[in-house]
Amino acid sequence: MKIVIASGKGGTGKTTLSVNLATALAGEASVGLLDCDVEEPNCHLYLRPSFDATEPVGTPIPVVDEKLCTGCGLCAGACEFHALLALPGTPLLLPELCHNCGVCAYVCPEEAISEKDREIGVLGAGVLGSNQFGPPEAAGLYLRWGRLHVGEARSTPLVRAVKDLSDAPPLDIVIIDAPPGVACPAVEAMRGADLAVLVTEPTPFGLHDLKLAVETARLLDMPCGVVINRAGIGDSRVNDFCTVEGVPILLEIPDDRRIAEACSRGQVFSTLDAPFAARLRAFASDIEARVEKVAAA
Amino acid sequence: MRLAVTATGPELSSSVDQRFGRAKYLLIVDLPERKVLAIENHAGMNAAQGAGVQAAQIVIDNKATVLLTGHCGPKAFRALKAAGVEVYLAPGGTVDEAVSRFEAGGLTPAPAADVDGHW
Repeated sequence: MKIVIASGKGGTGKTTLSVNLATALAGEASVGLLDCDVEEPNCHLYLRPSFDATEPVGTPIPVVDEKLCTGCGLCAGACEFHALLALPGTPLLLPELCHNCGVCAYVCPEEAISEKDREIGVLGAGVLGSNQFGPPEAAGLYLRWGRLHVGEARSTPLVRAVKDLSDAPPLDIVIIDAPPGVACPAVEAMRGADLAVLVTEPTPFGLHDLKLAVETARLLDMPCGVVINRAGIGDSRVNDFCTVEGVPILLEIPDDRRIAEACSRGQVFSTLDAPFAARLRAFASDIEARVEKVAAA
Repeated sequence: MRLAVTATGPELSSSVDQRFGRAKYLLIVDLPERKVLAIENHAGMNAAQGAGVQAAQIVIDNKATVLLTGHCGPKAFRALKAAGVEVYLAPGGTVDEAVSRFEAGGLTPAPAADVDGHW
């Protein structure tokens, strides 16, 4: 079962929920946590794995053989993203604009264009041990995350690599921490999940971006539910929206100073002696039944 | 010689458009006679990204060797440099005035992009 934790708005608590849900489940099932927020991966700050992200991830970019190129400019004309520029002589490649579609190589009449990988980021993956660094609750959790290199414009291929579980151990539950927004990287993170958990805060900004997130989940034909973080601030418009749209509110995380303090220290909630910690545990233990219920509705 | 100048309209009396990729017009000006070919920059105005590169392609295709514009971002600058086009930053005024200042040696070539992309 795959659950994606997403939100239109940034900073609503996606990573907080992802980490706490994953650690709450880790004792009971074989759980994977995929940090797809590759522009700002944060899950590892809570989990403190002994391994780092070092495996290079690349995307194919064209290489022009200057001996074969006649400078006809067909490749530049065919490039939808203006990543190739027709110059007198061989074309100029602007690699950060390239979307790796391969059309340049396809249209080149001289077969002068081949493709080679260009590194856009790194990936880390492994099972968390019961080491002294991370919270003991996380032991056994399979963590996988990517980090986009500074200056890269397109993160989608790296998100895809983080979601590629062909090398992963068998997992019962996969929690995906999506990047904020509803653009390509977020859609890529959401794609294929059984449930989208949309984290929001009860503010006008929160509501505005929640609407976009609900719309996106619907376009992907994906059942979704809402988690209201910092419940108690703002107003009731998010609740009203959920009622009108028939989107279930799965959980409310109170605006509690103890939670903020735990987050700032990189602690998971299960270490807190608070009613909320028990509620999150109950939510996690019931998650599979909840997903089925939301999907059926 | 042949200049490309970004402009808000199709005439020599039009203002220099401070944007390069999203300039309304690109005027191709032949010197010394100041014969003008005005090119409407539809594609660049409406592009989500790569506007500067598209505009650079227009400059290059029209065989201009000098560009006068307000600001130039990093990708466009790289493209123009690769094609041997020199970029001069013209702070304002009309196309006619900018061309005159260029002819009088009153503009200096920009050594690098002066703004970030999507400025």
